[in-house]
Amino acid sequence: MKVRLLYFAVLRDITGKSEADMSLREGTKAFEVWQSLREQYSQLAEYRKPPMIAVNETYAEPDTVLRDGDELAFIPPVAGG
Amino acid sequence: MSYLTDGPIDTADLVRRTVRASDGASIVFEGVVRNHHDGKAVQSIFYDAYRPMAEKEIAKIVSEVQSQLPDVAIGVVHRLGQLAVGDASIVIVTSSPHRAEAYDASRLLIDRIKETVPIWKKERGPGGEEWVGWQGARY
Repeated sequence: MKVRLLYFAVLRDITGKSEADMSLREGTKAFEVWQSLREQYSQLAEYRKPPMIAVNETYAEPDTVLRDGDELAFIPPVAGG
Repeated sequence: MSYLTDGPIDTADLVRRTVRASDGASIVFEGVVRNHHDGKAVQSIFYDAYRPMAEKEIAKIVSEVQSQLPDVAIGVVHRLGQLAVGDASIVIVTSSPHRAEAYDASRLLIDRIKETVPIWKKERGPGGEEWVGWQGARY
């Protein structure tokens, strides 16, 4: 299945991209995608737990099972206002 | 209506669009870029957002506060992009027949917006740039 991953703020700076399509095995949970990013980018190594997670523009739990076509975003600490 | 804008916020226009003839109080809250943070000098701030989700989250907060304080009319605009010291990053207008509700709503709105809306800021100062909150977010 395919999931679109969106990168914002510090995560866009670290990865150098604003979005990417990922092929994932069925049953992949949102936090598992975070673990694979940590392996890929050394700047994330110390961030064991994912920041907040959004699936399809709504906050979701880390163990949310992703589905084909989902839009996934990791939400670093927010600082609006 | 969009809660986000890329240009300067027109506060007077937001007041005009929010306040009704039946209102006797109108409160304007402006969040402004300051020249320091955590003891460091700040020259400018870049605001980034997950736009469609930020719109939804602000709408949710506005409707929650609206149902808590039904007599209040609410206007909210958050600015994104590069802002200089003194620029308003957010303007919240609340108005109501009497002042107490408008004051309460104003405070509730800014506190909740700061908590959950996916908007981020990168501060730039003489020492470089930093995404606010990221360094302290290691778990």
